Amino acid sequence: MYDIVIIGAGVIGCAVARELSKYNANVLVLDKNEDVCAGTSKANSAIIHSGYDAKNGTLKAQFNVRGNAMMDDLCRDLDVPFKRIGSLTICTDESQIADLEKLKERGEQNGVPGLKILNREELLEIEPHIADGVVAALYAPTAGIICPFKLTIALAENACENGVRFHLMTEVTKIEKADEGWKVTTNHGEYLTKTIVNAAGVYADEMNNMVSENKLKIIPRRGDYILLDRTAQGYVRHTVFQLPTELGKGVLVTPTVHGNTIIGPTAFDIDDKESTATTASAIAQVTEKSAISIKGLPTRQVITSFAGLRAREAGKDFILGEAEDAEGFFNCAGIQSPGLSSAPAIGAYIADLIKEKLTLSEKEDFVATRKDILDPSKLSLEERNELIKKEPAYGTIVCRCESVTEGEIIDAIRRPLGARSLDGVKRRVRAGMGRCQGGFCSPKVMDILVREWGLSMQDITKSGGDSHIVIGRTKDGDE
Amino acid sequence: MMMQYDIVIVGGGPAGLAAAVAAKESGCDSILILERDNELGGILNQCIHNGFGLHTFKEELTGPEYADRFIQQVKELQIEYKLNTMVMDISPERVVTAMNRDDGMFLITAKEVILAMGCRERPRGALNIPGYRPAGIFSAGTAQRLVNIEGWMPGKEVVILGSGDIGLIMARRMTLEGATVKLVAELMPYSGGLKRNIVQCLDDFDIPLKLSHTVVDIEGKEHITAVTIAQVDENCRPIKGTEERYTCDCLLLSCGLIPENELSTSAGVELSRVTGGPVVNESLETNIKGVFACGNVLHVHDLVDYVSEEAKKAGETAAKYVRGEITDNRGKTIAIRAESGVRYTVPTTLNPDAMDDLLTVRFRVGDVYKDAYVSVYFDGERVQHKKKRIIAPGEMEQVILQKKQIMQYPELSAITLKVEEV
Repeated sequence: MYDIVIIGAGVIGCAVARELSKYNANVLVLDKNEDVCAGTSKANSAIIHSGYDAKNGTLKAQFNVRGNAMMDDLCRDLDVPFKRIGSLTICTDESQIADLEKLKERGEQNGVPGLKILNREELLEIEPHIADGVVAALYAPTAGIICPFKLTIALAENACENGVRFHLMTEVTKIEKADEGWKVTTNHGEYLTKTIVNAAGVYADEMNNMVSENKLKIIPRRGDYILLDRTAQGYVRHTVFQLPTELGKGVLVTPTVHGNTIIGPTAFDIDDKESTATTASAIAQVTEKSAISIKGLPTRQVITSFAGLRAREAGKDFILGEAEDAEGFFNCAGIQSPGLSSAPAIGAYIADLIKEKLTLSEKEDFVATRKDILDPSKLSLEERNELIKKEPAYGTIVCRCESVTEGEIIDAIRRPLGARSLDGVKRRVRAGMGRCQGGFCSPKVMDILVREWGLSMQDITKSGGDSHIVIGRTKDGDE
Repeated sequence: MMMQYDIVIVGGGPAGLAAAVAAKESGCDSILILERDNELGGILNQCIHNGFGLHTFKEELTGPEYADRFIQQVKELQIEYKLNTMVMDISPERVVTAMNRDDGMFLITAKEVILAMGCRERPRGALNIPGYRPAGIFSAGTAQRLVNIEGWMPGKEVVILGSGDIGLIMARRMTLEGATVKLVAELMPYSGGLKRNIVQCLDDFDIPLKLSHTVVDIEGKEHITAVTIAQVDENCRPIKGTEERYTCDCLLLSCGLIPENELSTSAGVELSRVTGGPVVNESLETNIKGVFACGNVLHVHDLVDYVSEEAKKAGETAAKYVRGEITDNRGKTIAIRAESGVRYTVPTTLNPDAMDDLLTVRFRVGDVYKDAYVSVYFDGERVQHKKKRIIAPGEMEQVILQKKQIMQYPELSAITLKVEEV
């Protein structure tokens, strides 16, 4: 019998898990994918919103501002790259300045600090490549950029180290009321639990609708993005939004914590909850719209394009807390933007509710900090050489584009909830994330995965499931 | 620790090997080759097909055999090399930072540096192909490594996008391994590969080549299951109604090679926007004094024989610099320009005093020309006019300039290469 089963190992599920790991409780996280951070959490703008955008009084407004404020401490404790670079919401017509004023007012009511309207001259000083047509912008100094993979993985690892169990590749098929609590049926057996946290992303409606009469409907909203090579950096210093429209926040241009430039997203409502396919017109649209914000952006230096699904619920706000007609079933549903920004606050809030519900006591030996995978490029020459002497694997570069050593890859595999697939390695240490997109390093990373997990090349996948890389031996290939 | 060498060569592939041999034979004894892989030879090691060396050795060799000819010379000449060693940085002052598991990270000061890092393949991301991002999509060279070095098959029903040489070679290789190659689609109205590869790798195996076609959709959430191919118009935009769906479990991409110049950039080397490789003079020296480039890092070649030939030149010149025979090569320069049909030239400048009696200028054209002329102009005057039956983007072309002739034009400011229809 578990105290808590969390469905979904995205940033929300992992944030809840990490908060709950502070208490004496039996916690289990289930996810249908082979790794944490494999759904919406892996494909988004990688930004932390300041919180001016959500309407006053909404959960989105409240949790965004609170989550934003929690980021510094959390990222310091969990060793996650986070930079408060500030955001600019631009307008291209004098008449829209009034809209910026309204946004500023809204933001101030939401509790966003430091908001300021900048005129073109002021803008040019802090964002020199701003497009010619831009007349003014709303500056939000508390906005930031983050690595969403590293945040989610860090939360999961820290939860795991504090005793939370993770069952991956485990898909929930049925949730039923049990004598005491709930019975959760999966493709790998049944689990009994006192409480459930529904953090199932685009599937949160299906989970909720199995237990509650208050039906939810999540209509995934696809967002296409393009990512530019680091050679294109320097064109944009802040997260630059365009004034929001009915279909979302428009296209943003932002640097990433790793020095790439990200452009996107589009906004297409779709039916299929797995449909992360990009379209040519969407990619063209993103590329085209970026020119409204930034002049001369070298969009030809694209290294990849991708699409993510926002888990947008029909009621438009987050749905947080215990379902009225399903005791012990806690929803974190409809977590679209600003979900990543709100995650720490949502995690704390839900954990608090469950602590009360189950009267949990605090753990004495909770470990609040966690070290990220060692990045040797941050060491001095002497330190680096000492490391290589101890661990020669740190002297071998596997991914040449991102300068990733074998030592880092081994660390990514051996730590708690370690990487099992090429994408798992990529999200942890960036091998294959660079300009050649794994062309040179993927066979080498496969060799390391084979060796570390004791698998065959045929077992290695891109991202679990049926995503095998090779199908069998060549005619002369020997076993 | 700080090491010192006269010449440091970055890369132990065909270019680096030929440069090293030439430098040694020109009298330079202090040479170090740095190779990131676990053996010398570079990408030739995975090119197990034959067809290499017809120009250099007058016989058909496989890639590894061709490489071995040079590796043996390197060993006989006792040229030093380090394997499994990645160069992390090159400074404009020619301090090379490298790393391996035995020596750790170390610095080398070099009198001359020869860049010979080769090139990489353009990945799917850079092509903006829409659709899912499943497993089963490989650049042709990655698949070649898996098949030829590791002995694993990436798929059995194959579609190839792009008709670059590696794609064509892999079409044949996969077929010989029992896979079905359904087609090769090429965005351009002409192939980017060698004619002989189209004949020997596609025609001989009845594999269709569809020119002016591209992939417009990729299906399969986890593993690729199908692609949709469509014809494109003259602006390379897909034409509605021409879509054809092909089931497949493997998509290979052979859509161009990009010289790997991240290190060159860190050294301050200026790159050509056309080739992606360094801008060099007749001595294959870059804008940074004492830094030379050769092989595919300079511009993508069609035949390795030309890589060796070019690299030899870089090695010889670097040795001359070491001996002090050339101290300043920044004297009089004549521009070499690419016009009407000629996409680029290597080199782009020449100093008549520094050049040898003959200078090979290599170039590629931007379209297919039949019965056209390759012309060389000295300022306004046409001095060469050679008819060619066919000139194609997939084949590298060259003209030879004579020092003797250039010296007769003391006021010469620019040499221009053109393709002319008459």
